[in-house]
Amino acid sequence: MFDFIAFIPRAVTQGVPLMLGSTGETLTQKSGNLNLGLPGVMYVGAICGVIGSFIYETGTPAESINGFLAVMIPLLSCLAGSLLMGLLYCFLTVTLRANQNVTGLAMTTFGVGFGNFFGGSLIKLTDSEVPSIALSATSSYFKATLPFADKLGWFGEIFLSYGMLAYIAIVIAIISSYFLKRTRPGLNLRAVGEDPATADAAGINVTRYKYKATCIGCMIAGLGGLYYVMDYSSGIWSNDAFGDRGWLAIALVIFTMWRPAVGIVASILFGGLYILYLFIPTGTNLAVKELYKMLPYLVTIAVLIIVSLKKSRENQPPAHLGLSYFREER
Amino acid sequence: MDSGKIAAVQMRNITKSFGSVMANDRVWLDIYKGEILALLGENGSGKTTLMNMLSGIYYPDAGQIFVDGREVVIRSPKDAFDLGIGMIHQHFKLVDVLTAAENIILGLHGEGKLDMKAVAARVREISGRYGFEVDPNQKVYDMSVSQKQTVEIVKVLYRGADILILDEPTAVLTPQETDKLFAVLRNMRDDGKAIVIITHKLNEVEAISDRVAILRHGHFVGDMPTAQTNAGEMTNMMVGRPVVLNIERPEPKNAEPRLEVSHLTVHDEEGVKKLDDVSFTAYSGEILGVAGISGSGQKELLEAIAGLHRAEGGSITYIEPGTGAREELVGKDPRDISDMGVALSFVPEDRLGMGLVGDMDLSENMMLRSFRRGRGFFTDRKAPHQLAERVVKELAVNTPSIETPVRRLSGGNVQKVLVGREISSAPTVLLTAYAVRGLDINSSYTIYDLINKQKERGVAVVYVGEDLDVLLELSDRILVLCGGKVSGLIPGRGATKRRVGLMMTRLGGGEGDE
Repeated sequence: MFDFIAFIPRAVTQGVPLMLGSTGETLTQKSGNLNLGLPGVMYVGAICGVIGSFIYETGTPAESINGFLAVMIPLLSCLAGSLLMGLLYCFLTVTLRANQNVTGLAMTTFGVGFGNFFGGSLIKLTDSEVPSIALSATSSYFKATLPFADKLGWFGEIFLSYGMLAYIAIVIAIISSYFLKRTRPGLNLRAVGEDPATADAAGINVTRYKYKATCIGCMIAGLGGLYYVMDYSSGIWSNDAFGDRGWLAIALVIFTMWRPAVGIVASILFGGLYILYLFIPTGTNLAVKELYKMLPYLVTIAVLIIVSLKKSRENQPPAHLGLSYFREER
Repeated sequence: MDSGKIAAVQMRNITKSFGSVMANDRVWLDIYKGEILALLGENGSGKTTLMNMLSGIYYPDAGQIFVDGREVVIRSPKDAFDLGIGMIHQHFKLVDVLTAAENIILGLHGEGKLDMKAVAARVREISGRYGFEVDPNQKVYDMSVSQKQTVEIVKVLYRGADILILDEPTAVLTPQETDKLFAVLRNMRDDGKAIVIITHKLNEVEAISDRVAILRHGHFVGDMPTAQTNAGEMTNMMVGRPVVLNIERPEPKNAEPRLEVSHLTVHDEEGVKKLDDVSFTAYSGEILGVAGISGSGQKELLEAIAGLHRAEGGSITYIEPGTGAREELVGKDPRDISDMGVALSFVPEDRLGMGLVGDMDLSENMMLRSFRRGRGFFTDRKAPHQLAERVVKELAVNTPSIETPVRRLSGGNVQKVLVGREISSAPTVLLTAYAVRGLDINSSYTIYDLINKQKERGVAVVYVGEDLDVLLELSDRILVLCGGKVSGLIPGRGATKRRVGLMMTRLGGGEGDE
């Protein structure tokens, strides 16, 4: 019998980094910026959180660690790190009008290298036997659940067993969805991504919207990296462990048709598909496991095909996605 | 100036240059409340540039702008809105996937939360006041051109604009839609708004405007009440020398069938029927005009003939001159068709979209047509260069050099290059669409002359046009399309604008209307 009560919480914890990543990327893409640097941004978000937490945790005696600071320091360093990545991307693509694809790919390479460099340095500092850093005290605050959650049986297991960042992720997704659909700035943002010349003529500051959406998007995505280290991996950082989750988050944006609310369910589904191979008895045949790991990507391809067959105007990417805007170009 | 008129805008010594080109040179212009001003000028005379500086798209290099007597600085479209200036651009600035109401409130300040119901109510109120028809909840991509234009105008009014600038608003409208627009503009004028309409159609200037101001090569030439001038005088002022405003229409000589289209049916990529059972014959030495609201299947018709669009049914037969041999074109390769002497010059809305490569220079663009004729590995650059020089000279293309990328030329000049190249291939059938789209009066007449010359050479010309007045003067016969069907095929001599207009909007409309 398939064990749903064990499967769903694991799917959720797998899904939360994807949810944050794709919500951030959706906001970014709605402004017309195709940020392929997302994996790098999430990686930088994670390592900045780790650096902040490492400095606090190793510099403070275990008994005097303050729960509030243990959460806020990594959180703020993570936000600061990913904000800088967002600013860098915007400066290159919006202000200097560099090619978005090239910039994004370069930033992914940069972000991963940056993370591995500092990750490696911290590992050296700890003189640890294994190539990883454990920040268990910080992680315990990030993973804290409601005290009565484990007394509620399967309900507690499925709905209340997660750390605070998971709930924050859902709230952010819902707010983003409401923002895009029902608010004036949301409408303006959509217009910027669809047709910046029109938005410009309507008196919208295209550059400011692009900067804001991309930087806020990057900060949200950075939280995905932080969640991955502090909650999912219980505070253990090892280089390259983050894997291809950043790319998966970009795929998720397409999968959800640029709808953050759909992203909540979709990211959990993706999370489930990502670990499905662990729950399906495949014996010792590793090849079969690898095939199961392809599932999220296959589903994305299938969705792309179905959507392009439907040709509905609402489900298309923002029309100006990936292009830079220059007012006096004729 | 006349007493009693209140100046809404005064522009003084406005100068703007793009690189080495002076688009506006010390221009003076006054715009009055409760008056419709027609801003007239050839292509590249700086009309749109001047108005773009008023609406905040461009910033003047020098000069002063006064609004309501106060000197102002307009740095962005937002500044313009705040001063009550709204511009309706030639290419609509609307977001396709948004609704009319969403487009209208785009960029406006107000409560963060959107109350679309209140917006819709206000849109309906404005529409009611001036006699517009607009559904606030309709998506823009579902709209006709005229509906989109209406949304643009409502958008400007919603922002409380008192000064409206319309850049060639009638270029894409049917005569009936134009009449409706003009009625609305008169309502707005009577409401005390200042209206500027940029155009180069003289009959419209005469129909709608109270005053006309003329620009030539970036200079202000003069202005006068419309009632005190006439088409001839206005043209002379625009061009700077006397111009004859007659389109010749010689009788076709030795007309023989050249192209027989029968029961042609064409679908677009989405499977929507674009042409439905279209039949006609084009004769040599004759101009067959094709009229219709934009998107009625004109593009598909020409593309099907040129082999660029698959025909779902029917046949297109080419009859070779001299031998009379019949050849079926459906299913043939576009290259074979063009080798047989069928030339297509299609000027799309964005002008560069079809036929020319923006980043290549003039002679390279000429090569696009001729490179196959070359033998050997290396291209022959000499002949295309000579051809480019000839086109530049004969059509008076305004370009710094033959080596300038086509993208850098102004719209009208790009068009001359395209049409010139197609005509130079000495076709037996010339398919041309919107050949004068956006061209000024002088260049337009050059093109009409070229087309007439081809007709005299015995070429069968299929001319798809937007300007009904020209279509009526130029064509020997007029094929009217309505929603992809043939609404009628009438002789050009004696056809009236009203009848053709009705046929464009209704199948077989205008029957017995003469």
